[in-house]
Amino acid sequence: MPYLRSFGCALPAERVDNEALAARTGRDAAEIEEKTGIRERRYAAAGVTVADLGLAAASDCLANSGLSAQEVGLILFATGSGERCFPGPASELAARLGLTSTPAIDLPMASVGSLTGIALANDLAPRYGNVLVVASEIMSRRISDADPDTAILFGDGAGACLVSRESGFARIVDFALYTDGNSAGSLYLPSSGTLQMNGLAVIMHASRKLPRAIGDLLNKHGISPADVGVYLMHQANANLLRKVASTLKVPDERFFSNIECYGNTSSASLLIAAAEWRRADAKAIAGPIVLAAFGAGFHWGVLLAEQIA
Amino acid sequence: MSKQAGILKVIHAVADLATDPAPDESLFGSGALDSFTLPDLVTGLEQEFRITIPDTDLVPERFDSVAKIEAYLDKRAG
Repeated sequence: MPYLRSFGCALPAERVDNEALAARTGRDAAEIEEKTGIRERRYAAAGVTVADLGLAAASDCLANSGLSAQEVGLILFATGSGERCFPGPASELAARLGLTSTPAIDLPMASVGSLTGIALANDLAPRYGNVLVVASEIMSRRISDADPDTAILFGDGAGACLVSRESGFARIVDFALYTDGNSAGSLYLPSSGTLQMNGLAVIMHASRKLPRAIGDLLNKHGISPADVGVYLMHQANANLLRKVASTLKVPDERFFSNIECYGNTSSASLLIAAAEWRRADAKAIAGPIVLAAFGAGFHWGVLLAEQIA
Repeated sequence: MSKQAGILKVIHAVADLATDPAPDESLFGSGALDSFTLPDLVTGLEQEFRITIPDTDLVPERFDSVAKIEAYLDKRAG
């Protein structure tokens, strides 16, 4: 099986704290933090595009991998907030990396886009060698202050992961992807308009489906949830992370979280978390790595990797 | 224990309530339940009534009041 070789990320400079959102939405700043675990989020400046953020994250990831862009055999680019219906940002990213014939494929998914990208990269790496997975979102342009329940959650950012056929710091062991379209109307972004979310339905399904999916994959490989070194999750809500940890009977600390700094950056959040985890204290953590995400579709999934000693 | 008493037992276990909610009172509207206590309510109902609630039935509106929960449980039993 292929390897996770490196992660990277890019965050816009502008910080938007809960006080600023409280002034815009009428919500109480302390209550926002209590309900979501979010203290601030980043917003992209006017004129910055999803491809711009994606390029910055991809460059960071390539620098961390020790590879050049010319050694990338395939790009998979996830976003739910691209500026155009088509083409998506994948081809622009490839061109800006100096690649004019390397296949670059868009994954028009939201929160589960990066996990799906890594899963696909795992299966495609034997053919393409190094697969660069990028997820980038500018959610701040897709929310409305008139819907404060949604507006308080989201921020902008991008992440990237290099999946390599040859080598890396962790070997991908297995993954499982799921879709149940019966709840597609519970979380969606229309062609024109702002993000629509039924938070009750999303959290209710996520808090049951994610622990089940994680438990099933770990059980398949004879691994106890307590034996996992780190859980890298889509950063949707701090309370959801705690609920998944509680259901799996794993200490909260095992779930890496940076949601307090960036909010929910949709598809990018998993890779931003992974990049920050790897940069901060990855060498101090032994044991298997679990990546998991849940989001619009509903799509959800989990990926298991083992670190190379 | 009656079905309604069992429902109230589960609601009190997951929500911080001083008194019983009225049968038709919206549990979401009153703030008794939110997105993070709703999954606990569903799990509590499964344990209390020894049933498995399938994902296809995970529609928040089904669990918005004691009366709606009772109707759902009756429908399942029927």
